[in-house]
Amino acid sequence: MNALDILPLDVAGVVILLWLAFGLFGLALHRTPQLITRIIFPLGALGALALAGTGLWALDAAPDVAVLPLGLPDLPLHLRLDPLAAFFLILLGGASFGVSLFSAGYFRSMAGNTLGLLCLEYHVFLASMALVLLADDAYMFMVAWETMALSSYFLVTTDHHVPDIRKAGFLYLLVAHVGAIGILLSFGVIQGGHGIGAYTFAAMREAHLSAFWSSIAFLLALFGFGAKAGVLPLHVWLPEAHPAAPSPISALMSGVMLKTAIYGILRVTFDLLGTQLWWWGVLALALGLITAVFGVMFAAVQGDMKRLLAYSSIENIGLLLVGIGLTIIFHAYGKDALAALSLTAALYHSLNHAFFKSLLFIGTGSILHATGERNMGRLGGLIRKMPWAAALMLIGVLSISGLPPFNGFVSEWLLLQAFLLSPGLPNSYINMLIPVAAAVIALAAALAAYVMVKFYGIIFLGQHREKALEHAHDAGTWERTGLGWLALGCVALGLAPVFVIRQLDPVTQMLVGQGLGNSTSNWLFLAPVDVERASYSPVYFLLAVLGVMLVTLLAVRHFYHGRLRRGPAWDCGFPAQTARMQDTAEGFGQPIRRIFEPFFKIESELPSAFDTHPRYHGRSDDRIWFALYLPVKHITEKLSSWVSLLQHGRIHLYLTYTFATLLVLLAFV
Amino acid sequence: MMAMDQTLGILFQLCQSLLVVMLAPLLMGWVGQCRAWLQNRSGPGLLQPYRSLRKLFHKDAVLAHNASPLFRATPYILFGCMWLAAAIIPIIAVDLPFSPAADVIALVGVFALARVFISLAAMDIGTAFGSLGARREMLVSFLAEPALLMVFFTSSLISHSTQLPHIVDTFAHHEFVLYPSLAFAGLAFVIVLLAENARIPVDNPSTHLELTMVHEAMILEYSARHLALVEWASSLKLLAYISIGIALFLPHGIAEVGNWGALPLAIAALLTKLALAGAGLALLETFLAKMRIFRVPEFLGTAFLLAVLGLLIHFLLGA
Repeated sequence: MNALDILPLDVAGVVILLWLAFGLFGLALHRTPQLITRIIFPLGALGALALAGTGLWALDAAPDVAVLPLGLPDLPLHLRLDPLAAFFLILLGGASFGVSLFSAGYFRSMAGNTLGLLCLEYHVFLASMALVLLADDAYMFMVAWETMALSSYFLVTTDHHVPDIRKAGFLYLLVAHVGAIGILLSFGVIQGGHGIGAYTFAAMREAHLSAFWSSIAFLLALFGFGAKAGVLPLHVWLPEAHPAAPSPISALMSGVMLKTAIYGILRVTFDLLGTQLWWWGVLALALGLITAVFGVMFAAVQGDMKRLLAYSSIENIGLLLVGIGLTIIFHAYGKDALAALSLTAALYHSLNHAFFKSLLFIGTGSILHATGERNMGRLGGLIRKMPWAAALMLIGVLSISGLPPFNGFVSEWLLLQAFLLSPGLPNSYINMLIPVAAAVIALAAALAAYVMVKFYGIIFLGQHREKALEHAHDAGTWERTGLGWLALGCVALGLAPVFVIRQLDPVTQMLVGQGLGNSTSNWLFLAPVDVERASYSPVYFLLAVLGVMLVTLLAVRHFYHGRLRRGPAWDCGFPAQTARMQDTAEGFGQPIRRIFEPFFKIESELPSAFDTHPRYHGRSDDRIWFALYLPVKHITEKLSSWVSLLQHGRIHLYLTYTFATLLVLLAFV
Repeated sequence: MMAMDQTLGILFQLCQSLLVVMLAPLLMGWVGQCRAWLQNRSGPGLLQPYRSLRKLFHKDAVLAHNASPLFRATPYILFGCMWLAAAIIPIIAVDLPFSPAADVIALVGVFALARVFISLAAMDIGTAFGSLGARREMLVSFLAEPALLMVFFTSSLISHSTQLPHIVDTFAHHEFVLYPSLAFAGLAFVIVLLAENARIPVDNPSTHLELTMVHEAMILEYSARHLALVEWASSLKLLAYISIGIALFLPHGIAEVGNWGALPLAIAALLTKLALAGAGLALLETFLAKMRIFRVPEFLGTAFLLAVLGLLIHFLLGA
């Protein structure tokens, strides 16, 4: 084979093998932790970058198939790199490049043994996510999917000596497996009992299911992938697992792993199932809306910064699901141009979320390192101690709040445009539903800004709430590089939407048969339909605001002066200002708790006016946990206690059971 | 001819930008003067805002010891955003070359960007009032912003565009129909205007009681040129909002594309509308009382529901 014959799939395979090798090297090098952080993680990062490049290369290329001589006898493993997989490879590579660079600095003080193991799990996790995207048969997919779940479980429980973390890990593992059952069943339904050869995706594409069975397959897939993505009511593991995991791991799980679930939904719905029914879209849309509003509402009342981000991830998954739902509706009614628009919005938002959520999660890692504190009520004023981390995370905060000219705004803009174009649908009920849905999206987006002002303001601004914060240090060079890469991604994705959308064209072509990219000739103006209809130019926007700012600054200096004095804060002349007088995280979220009171299970304990040691205690819990999960748990416990009646641990009893079973069987024969 | 048109367009864009930035304090002065008349006071005169700005620019800025660069940059960002917003709304003629850079959704984004920055700046010093103001501002906005977006949606659905010039062109020159959906949207818009510009009944721009403040609480720590820019930006925001109201609901009289002869008439029409809107605002503020902060979500919730209702009516009646 000469050099020209190398295909993207080969490069991707090499990167995956390299990752596995790096992981093993890491395990072997556990006596020299410096080597792991200084060499293995940066090399892994380069692999991620190569993978992203491969994805970019494979977007335009024809789908590329390979059959591996691995697996069970007569069940070889299939790999395929098509535009959809390529797009998610770019997402995986782009986000994990930054996270791996950050990890090189973040894990530097970890003990060698733990670090070696973590390095292995980390790279196996990355490799398994890549394999999930490349898998072309149900067997390969499930193996990769389970490897991903298990490696991330071990990563979450890195600090396994803390009981709460073990508990969080168990919950995650449980939900992941319940979801995996759904996915497996879904594949089983699509395969439709066509024998052992029909487990490849290629065979599934040929299986023409009846409307009933394809609906069953869709619902199972939505359930299975929804459990991984955190769609309501299967979201409970996210706010537990993310705070438990080390920050780079949270970043990967939230930024990238959740997207593999989105990939799965897209793969099953648009690729494996030939036709889509409109009510699937309505279901996905409704679930997405509920998830989005629920997530952002709960994010607003959190006091732990990583829990807050976890709930915000739930919100974003909701938005993605809304985009997918709209795509299904449009595609089912044959409006492929509109389907392409909403699918572009969903894909774009996946990419954006991978960047800004990874950025924010690793940023919380830097804060944790600097202060040892996850509770926002004990932080504050860090912008003066950690200027780099603060500046880079500000970009993430502005992006996730959906503000122009950053990337979050572009995908939100595209999604809203898709809603505005909906009135052409033949179903009048859906036409009525869609404006309400648009209103809910707008509400969720506005609440997201509230949440992010709280997040940034409480952590970085104001006065230090604790004395110890005086000694906080800024993020190190590696950490800054990782943060910087992801921040750069947020800015670039915000400023060059036309370029990105052009790259997305092959994916939408593949899934809904139409693209958007050709409709825009001018790379400065994003105009998905036509310029008369709607347009947005982030570059001009940024230049105008910066230009006006500069002119204003110069004019003020020229006509007046730039004199400045420093003094104590005024605060209307109130003396004795203390840091305790600032809003706490609970205080900032209080209006939301009050407005949306019925949705929370609130427990609070207020001191009376005469308490000598006044103590305030408040908790806002998730009602779904109590209404759904606890009853299920009780029933499971009940059932297992009945089953355990059979179990006494004495061998002669078990032999009796065996004998009785044989007797019963004999009666049938 | 094309190049000529383009130069003219850019020239016109520059003129409008300068006009709005110079006119905005006058609008503030006019509203204040109307309020004074309605309340049987003589009032400070129309030019008072200019005098205040001049005074503030001359003073030395005093900054808290712990103020971060974010705090110092915010007035400029705020001013830039509001100026941009006011400059791209078609108020005199519909062909503004810069308008395609930001449609109505982006316009909502510009307001949100400015709001997030001023809220963050309010929390920067770490005073009790600052974070109180920031929290209330975000509370007001998370209901007002979607309402504004829904108002825009209604007009976009009617005109099949999210470009403001296109919307205005449709309403002003092509169709003379009364839209019931727009009536609801208009009502919602007035509420949003009151809330977003910190007017009574949501906030009181002239209050001296810190505990009832929203906007004023956020900018307590600003002084001199920073405060001047924040105040100027507030007046630009009021002008921008009233311009949006005029553009969406009363665009008649605006000059058509390329019709430069209609400009004098358009400017006269605009000034009259602005004066009427300012007087109306003063009248509303005189009649209403400020409400408790926890009544505000209900008030804004009403706006949100009205806007959604407008949208639904559009879908139901197709108008």
